[in-house]
Amino acid sequence: MLKKLAISTVAAATLATGAFAAGGAGHIEDFDFSFEGPFGAFDQNQLQRGLQVYTEVCSACHGLKFVPIRTLADEGGPHLPEDQVRAYAAQFDIYDAALDEDVPRKPSDFFPESALENAPDLSLMAKARAGFHGPYGLGINQFVKGIGGTEYIASILTGYTGEEKEQAGVTFYENTAFPGGWIAMAPPLYGEDVEFSDGHDNDLHHIAADVSAFLMWTAEPKMMARKQAGVVGVLLLTLLSVLLYMTNKKLWAPHKKKH
Amino acid sequence: MGGIPHDHYEPKTKGEKWLHSRLPIVGLMYATLTAPTPKNLNWMWIWGIVLTFCLVLQIVTGIVLAMHYTPHVDNAFASVEHIMRDVNGGYMLRYMHANGASLFFVAVYAHIFRGLYYGSYKAPREVTWIIGMLIYLLMMATGFMGYVLPWGQMSFWGATVITGLFGAIPFIGESIQTLLLGGPAVDNATLNRFFSLHYLLPFVIAGLVILHIWAFHTTGNNNPTGVEVRRGSKEEAEKDTLPFWPYFVIKDLFALAVILVVFFAVVGFMPNYLGHPDNYIEANALSTPAHIVPEWYFLPFYAILRAFTSEVWVVQIASFVTGGIIDAKFFGVLAMFGAIAVMALVPWLDTSSVRSGRFRPMFKWWFALLVIDFFALMWLGAMPAEEPYASFSLIASAYWFAYFLVILPLLGVIEKPDAQPATIEEDFATHYGGDADKSAE
Repeated sequence: MLKKLAISTVAAATLATGAFAAGGAGHIEDFDFSFEGPFGAFDQNQLQRGLQVYTEVCSACHGLKFVPIRTLADEGGPHLPEDQVRAYAAQFDIYDAALDEDVPRKPSDFFPESALENAPDLSLMAKARAGFHGPYGLGINQFVKGIGGTEYIASILTGYTGEEKEQAGVTFYENTAFPGGWIAMAPPLYGEDVEFSDGHDNDLHHIAADVSAFLMWTAEPKMMARKQAGVVGVLLLTLLSVLLYMTNKKLWAPHKKKH
Repeated sequence: MGGIPHDHYEPKTKGEKWLHSRLPIVGLMYATLTAPTPKNLNWMWIWGIVLTFCLVLQIVTGIVLAMHYTPHVDNAFASVEHIMRDVNGGYMLRYMHANGASLFFVAVYAHIFRGLYYGSYKAPREVTWIIGMLIYLLMMATGFMGYVLPWGQMSFWGATVITGLFGAIPFIGESIQTLLLGGPAVDNATLNRFFSLHYLLPFVIAGLVILHIWAFHTTGNNNPTGVEVRRGSKEEAEKDTLPFWPYFVIKDLFALAVILVVFFAVVGFMPNYLGHPDNYIEANALSTPAHIVPEWYFLPFYAILRAFTSEVWVVQIASFVTGGIIDAKFFGVLAMFGAIAVMALVPWLDTSSVRSGRFRPMFKWWFALLVIDFFALMWLGAMPAEEPYASFSLIASAYWFAYFLVILPLLGVIEKPDAQPATIEEDFATHYGGDADKSAE
């Protein structure tokens, strides 16, 4: 019975955490992302499209203050060429105390902070929201789907019903994904807000997914390396377990005469 | 292994003798590795190695993390992101450290419940048990302070709620709370002292672990039958035991490797599963999260804390009798610490003459209910403080206390235990065959 106990300890650990993520739920649509599951990987083209959506739309209000611009060149991320990263950085200004004036950013600088005071920074948004709490609040589906922060963001972006209301001088917009149903952010995307140079689909569903994928990368830029380390770790330790199992069996055999 | 007769280290060469007469450290290592260990230990006896591994893992990853972390309210959150993005392998260090804490608690709960079922706390092992409880308390303090360091929303608000508990103590509570926080509220001073203590306490734990091992090496291990190793002669003892190395080292390492497969799968594929998403939002004293929930390993005791509201009659009586000194909040705090205290006192609460639950037909069921109760409390701790969870919490809390304070003392009197094997050798032979027939009565 204690063996069962050991197993249920782990199960309960998961039960507990899954459960407390629940509450005030909006409807989260399950988008398919290339980076889901233990072997999923970022789609470089999608990250570049997402970067474009962020730059042309979101960045008007929201910042990415924890993301160094140079990481746009990183492998496993958008993987932009160095010269493009330099050009990208230069479009944002930064205050230089030594010169006492604004100068163009360098790749070693970070993305700008949010331009609008009420707009939260988006660097970690994909990890600061959980989309999946089931089944039974266990959240075990995170193993194959990820934590669902990307789905949350994409569902918010596509969840506007068109209804609005005014409360204490603030306009709220009805949103099926937002907890409570009314969000202060005006619909940022309508579809065809950006043109992709390769002519990729730019309807609302697609660009919402693209920018959400990009925000998963800003939140977890080392995801590919992490999963790779996970695969190597699991394989090597499985091998070690098998070898230790056989060693243990042989070692004890003379003392366990029944078998 | 004080009581169990076994071979001792004999220094042979001149050099060995020279060292041995000055510092018998080789002898100590020899005694530790050859310690006669009951050969019938089952798979619940592997958690000690897992726990030792966790302590080392946490100290090693923690020391490297501390090299890159900044304990200041303006920089803490950003320095964690710096670790995640810029430090070589930093994301791996941090995820192993964060999930390592969870593995640590999974293992310690399994270890504690193993002890509760097989009566490992009973004489002569009370000191081992008490030291273990101290280690567990320090683990909770360390885990709590570690969770504050990333300076996310749950860090900040968790710290606010938990330190507030100390404020509920009458007369001296506020002074204690101020001392803990280093000021009137959670702020930079809090972060600094928590960082300092989070670095210190693991080494205190390491010291207590050595005492814990020393204590049970003095009494000898318990085992699933609870029957003691025969100590009449070395030959007799050797029928009941096998040396720690290689038999139990290899067995334990196998178990550890299997557990680490799961651990690496979690770290690699779902490292944030056991964390709260809100902790990826930087701490903000002006914005309270919808639900403030502690880490999963605190939930059972958090549920007990919240169970005793001012509507509960026990609380009302306590309040009336003490003239309001014990209010609902303080009662909850007392209940939470009391829940751990009754567990620590179990060596003196359990009156049964039989050690192992295996031979206690009634105890088995009450124990199973305690395990269910523990998980129920864990679940309830994560639920909002409203009906029906509040009533369930109260029932589950009541059972926790009843088990230790009523059921265990009574069972020892009314229960008729099953027959126990005469020796460990006999038990081992029933499970695995062997030479028991030679010495069977």
